Amino acid sequence: MEEPAIEEGDNHRDVEVAPALISVHPDHKFIVVSIGSDLRVFDLQGGSSVTLVDDSSGPLHKDSIRAIRFGAEGKLFVSAGDDKLVKIWNANSWHCISTVCSEKRVSAVAISKDGLFVCFADKFGVVWALNLDGFDENQVLVDKKAAPVLAHYCSIITSLEFSLDGRFIISADRDFKIRVSVFPKKPLDGAHEIQSFCLGHTEFVSCLAFVCAPDYPEGFLVSGSGDSTVRLWDITSGSLLDTCEVGSQAGFLESNGREEEHYSAVIDLCTTPDGTLVAAAIQSLQGIMLLNCNVSAKSLSIAKVVSITGGSFIPTSLGTASCAEFLWMVTGVSTLNGLDSHSLARVRVISGFKISGADSVEHEPTMLEDDEIPGGEKLLEKLQGSVSIENKVFSAAAEAVKMAMCNLLIKKQYSADKREFRKRTRNDKKIKQ
Amino acid sequence: MLEEGNSKISKSTHLPRKRFYRARAHSNPLSDSHFPVPISPSHVDYSVHFPQLFSSSDEGGDSKKIEFADVGCGFGGLLISLSTLFPETLMIGMEIRDKVTEYVKERILALRVANPGQYQNVSVVRTNSMKYIPNYFGKGQLSKMFFLFPDPHFKEKNHRRRVISTHLLDEYAYVLGIGGIIYTITDVEELGDWMKDCLEGHPMFEAITEAELEADPVVKLLSSATEEGQKVARNGGQTFQAVYRRIAPSL
Repeated sequence: MEEPAIEEGDNHRDVEVAPALISVHPDHKFIVVSIGSDLRVFDLQGGSSVTLVDDSSGPLHKDSIRAIRFGAEGKLFVSAGDDKLVKIWNANSWHCISTVCSEKRVSAVAISKDGLFVCFADKFGVVWALNLDGFDENQVLVDKKAAPVLAHYCSIITSLEFSLDGRFIISADRDFKIRVSVFPKKPLDGAHEIQSFCLGHTEFVSCLAFVCAPDYPEGFLVSGSGDSTVRLWDITSGSLLDTCEVGSQAGFLESNGREEEHYSAVIDLCTTPDGTLVAAAIQSLQGIMLLNCNVSAKSLSIAKVVSITGGSFIPTSLGTASCAEFLWMVTGVSTLNGLDSHSLARVRVISGFKISGADSVEHEPTMLEDDEIPGGEKLLEKLQGSVSIENKVFSAAAEAVKMAMCNLLIKKQYSADKREFRKRTRNDKKIKQ
Repeated sequence: MLEEGNSKISKSTHLPRKRFYRARAHSNPLSDSHFPVPISPSHVDYSVHFPQLFSSSDEGGDSKKIEFADVGCGFGGLLISLSTLFPETLMIGMEIRDKVTEYVKERILALRVANPGQYQNVSVVRTNSMKYIPNYFGKGQLSKMFFLFPDPHFKEKNHRRRVISTHLLDEYAYVLGIGGIIYTITDVEELGDWMKDCLEGHPMFEAITEAELEADPVVKLLSSATEEGQKVARNGGQTFQAVYRRIAPSL
């Protein structure tokens, strides 16, 4: 009974690789890459790497980080993941000001527009909120407890976003649903009022982002999914405005004719808060697809595909700051079998990520070479773990990411033995008072 | 071997025979069963559920929508009673157990044949209401929701499987129009307290007054119309009701 349990345990670990994530400070002051349990910060203004200060228990995160995010004003940074810890950082001094325990592994984080609340979602479908009252630049916040705010019944929440005006909180899940809830004045009492459901995706929803729309202060919601589409929504009514079949487009660009539909999930979306350009990272696409949102026509169309040459680079995460015209991308996974080096990631940058004028892309977005990117070699050394990365590492990473996408969001099937074993370690039993 | 004995439909009453549709009272709402789920409420095919009233070419638009939902309808007792009490209203039962859903389907079909023109407004669907209610009903679509004798899930660690909970009430409030009513009843006192507490504590529900309860013809059906309710009455058991109205949240 023990043998099969251990073997399956190994497989379980192998499959649970965590993709590298990237987050860009809203004023383009810092770039953060997380890979596995490692959080790497680079100071762009000072041109140096940043050392994180965390006075709480031991090493920063003990397990894979699954979500990172800067607050809208750039004062706060949140990191959370499989170690069930949510860490809130002062984004200037890079001191950890609070560490909160979550009951389950965390899958998504968001910070309210006014910077007063941090929300995080777990793998059981519950969204929690933390009050940041009494946030003092230099102090460590006293033990904070999070309160459950809303829930998607038994569904992994994949993404959390606030609408541009901060009135709504949007949660997307593995069961194709997007829920738009009113974010109340006192969120700790619960976000009970559901504004709408955005239903239309036919596969898990993987990412959310907002584009600016002049007559709609809340913005238009853009969502990416395992069904290979990017969809545009009006969140007040929940109506689907447009669907963009990015998967089929990516398929045409593959050199081999094999239609690998299954692997065209949208991995990540990125928008500039004041613009209407959407960058999409798609599985099996070695590049970035740029979509343009036509606000008056309420439509979404493919503007351009920027290919990434030189190695199988499929971005696992995207980031941008509205003030600068750079789109930052990273690829990498936490553990690569057979490679004993510490986790390696590859960072690439596209410049010219800006739209001026209705439908055209004025400055051609171009991929920057390593010596052209902001921060240069020092940044690459810090965030990647090494200045130059061998291409074969990234072939392995691309394969691992493919695997991870499939498995992360598809319900695990356990054998009867393994199920019994897992029942022994359940953590939702009554806590003795 | 009696032919009558082995046939699933009784030759005399033409109604389906329960013993061929028996299923355990439990079903795990956490497991992903494999049944089709409509992508959105506009994808619900009314022509399948109410063939006499909708043809397959009917577009959604302004046509009538389902207004009553019996969540966990079991063998369909309540729906059958409601169907004739509210002949102009469309209603649907939601049940997670496969065999039981089949039974209700057969029962409705048989009743439609035996009573031409009647029972055309009632149907049943196999689904997990705890996950997919927003897929079936649009915002404020329903005027009544029923939760009769739900699974109590006694153990504390299973309380999260209860069909009435603060989080799920958000979704039920979403599909119920303002003024819509949620009816709950159980013979388990602890569950009765639980449901009442959840409803009382939820900002979008307020208790119905005694006077309104007296006046509502549906309330009497809660304990008398279902198989479960009749069993409780037979055993001289007590029932615990909580009937609440959906209100606009206070600002």
